[in-house]
Amino acid sequence: MDTLSNLIPNVIKFANVFPQAIVDTLIMLTVTGVVSFIIGLPVAVLVVVTKPGGIKPNRWIFWICDKIINLFRAIPFVILIPLMYGLTRAIFHTSIGIKSAFVPLIVGTIPFMARQLESAMEEIPEGIVEASTSMGMTCWQIITNVYLKQNIPGMIRGITIVLIAVIGQIAIVGTVGAGGLGDLAIRFGWQRQMSDITFVVLILLLIIISVIQFFGDWLVRKTTH
Amino acid sequence: MIRLEHVTKTFKTKDGDVHAVKDVSIHIKKGEIYGIIGFSGAGKSTLVRCMNLLERPNEGKVIFDGEDLMEASPSALRKARAKIGMIFQHFNLMPAMTIYDNIALPLKLEKRPKDEIDAKVMELLDLIDLVERKDSYPSQLSGGQKQRVAIARALVNDPKVLLCDEATSALDPQTTQNILRLIRRINEERKITVVVITHEMFVVKELCDEVAVMESGRVVEQGEIVPVFTHPVQEMTKDFIATASNAGKVDELIAKHHPLVALKHNQQLVRLQYDSSNTAEAMISRISRKWGVDCSIIFGSVEIWRDTPIGQLVTIFTGTDEQIVRAIEDLKENNVQVEVIKRGHIE
Ligand SMILES: Nc1ncnc2c1ncn2[C@@H]1O[C@H](COP(=O)(O)OP(=O)(O)OP(=O)(O)O)[C@@H](O)[C@H]1O
Ligand SMILES: [Mg+2]
Repeated sequence: MDTLSNLIPNVIKFANVFPQAIVDTLIMLTVTGVVSFIIGLPVAVLVVVTKPGGIKPNRWIFWICDKIINLFRAIPFVILIPLMYGLTRAIFHTSIGIKSAFVPLIVGTIPFMARQLESAMEEIPEGIVEASTSMGMTCWQIITNVYLKQNIPGMIRGITIVLIAVIGQIAIVGTVGAGGLGDLAIRFGWQRQMSDITFVVLILLLIIISVIQFFGDWLVRKTTH
Repeated sequence: MIRLEHVTKTFKTKDGDVHAVKDVSIHIKKGEIYGIIGFSGAGKSTLVRCMNLLERPNEGKVIFDGEDLMEASPSALRKARAKIGMIFQHFNLMPAMTIYDNIALPLKLEKRPKDEIDAKVMELLDLIDLVERKDSYPSQLSGGQKQRVAIARALVNDPKVLLCDEATSALDPQTTQNILRLIRRINEERKITVVVITHEMFVVKELCDEVAVMESGRVVEQGEIVPVFTHPVQEMTKDFIATASNAGKVDELIAKHHPLVALKHNQQLVRLQYDSSNTAEAMISRISRKWGVDCSIIFGSVEIWRDTPIGQLVTIFTGTDEQIVRAIEDLKENNVQVEVIKRGHIE
């Protein structure tokens, strides 16, 4: 115990702030992941279905979705935070704490999530879609039986990548007062120069990322036939 | 069963229009096996995809079982498609479904009762001899097994037609034979009309009743296979036959002035073609005895077209003009086709 308090004195001293920070980070991760999946999935389906050569080509819908996704992906995340400020206030009536982080996190993640899911669906060979059409499947049946089901490992791989990226963005929102591990690193590690806290935050983030990666890989293996 | 009338399909691409199918009219009769052959890029796949409107023709009519599909409503078209099974070169099975579920899928979509689905799927698994693999996934099967599963899936709706687009092109010769036999059995036992697309001559030979030969988007020759391939009219058809049999080699030998086909002044190089009722030795010995024509055989073969054996002989006849003319007449009277390929000259 003595050696530990020599090695990471501030961590021991402020140990009580860590659990909350971890919980905040995990809540932001879960909410962002779930909401951006729920919104990103239909967007991805819309893009795949309406793209030229898709099962229901529609130049306008495709063009609009595609451009919106590109636009939001082009906005640097730190700029998205002030940009979403108004919306955050309108929805949550606050601009601090984890609630303040949801809007920019989700808005920033949806396009990324949509692109990852889209490319997983695009990996399904054209011939499989064609065979489905030749069987007499409706458009909706092709979506539910082919696009949503025939490349689940690819989708999980994409979601894993997104979640790991979200961890990075949660650290960023922490710097503007949203809480979480990033917040600790800034308030203690940076402003009070307690580098041992920065170090432990880093280790914790790495652990979270590894767990996501491990779990993702496991699911991919489970769903690959 | 399927009638195409003046079907034209043009693809618009960045490099201009590609005329994949030009004004094709064919009639595929109920119960037959119809072959479509041609070299790569001839438009075979596009043509067959027009039959179930996977590709919508720019012009023309597609009539399936009396119904004009071009005029059909989306739901009527889907119903028609369910009655047109299709198999592909790359099988196109659902990777995330077991063999059983792959075959059952079309019925499940129609929400048929479970026991009915089960009975049908088990019957088809038995037909393709994969009952014990029903819980495997496609990635665990060989190419030939995957194609058999694809065939079972195509049959599950009791289709009237089975379209096969290069169904055996990804398989080895033995497996190909296996699949061809299965297709033939399906045609005979279930009375399903079959359309076979291939660039492999022996597939047509093995399977087809009628054939259409395609060249750059057009059907240049069509009809029953024995007449089409024994009396080809179009260069394209001849080329195709030449690539598939040794008989074509003779032309190469002649072109190269090979010593084997060098002729003396009293010799003629002839190609004989005959069907099963003639046998080569009897023919040759008769004309040499009767007309004094000496025959030396350069090359001979017997190929089985569907069920008809077709013999080919390339021989050099030696004798006077008179003798040779008599011998040829005799042969023709006995239903042997004779083509004089080259005459010897007096040096
Ligand atoms: N979707 C498409 N867009 C543009 N051009 C196409 C398309 N599909 C086919 N083509 C063109 O149409 C022509 C005929 O193609 P098709 O696939 O029907 O030939 P094929 O006879 O089946 O050849 P293969 O034996 O190689 O399969 C080719 O020149 C091809 O490039
Ligand atoms: Mg083809």
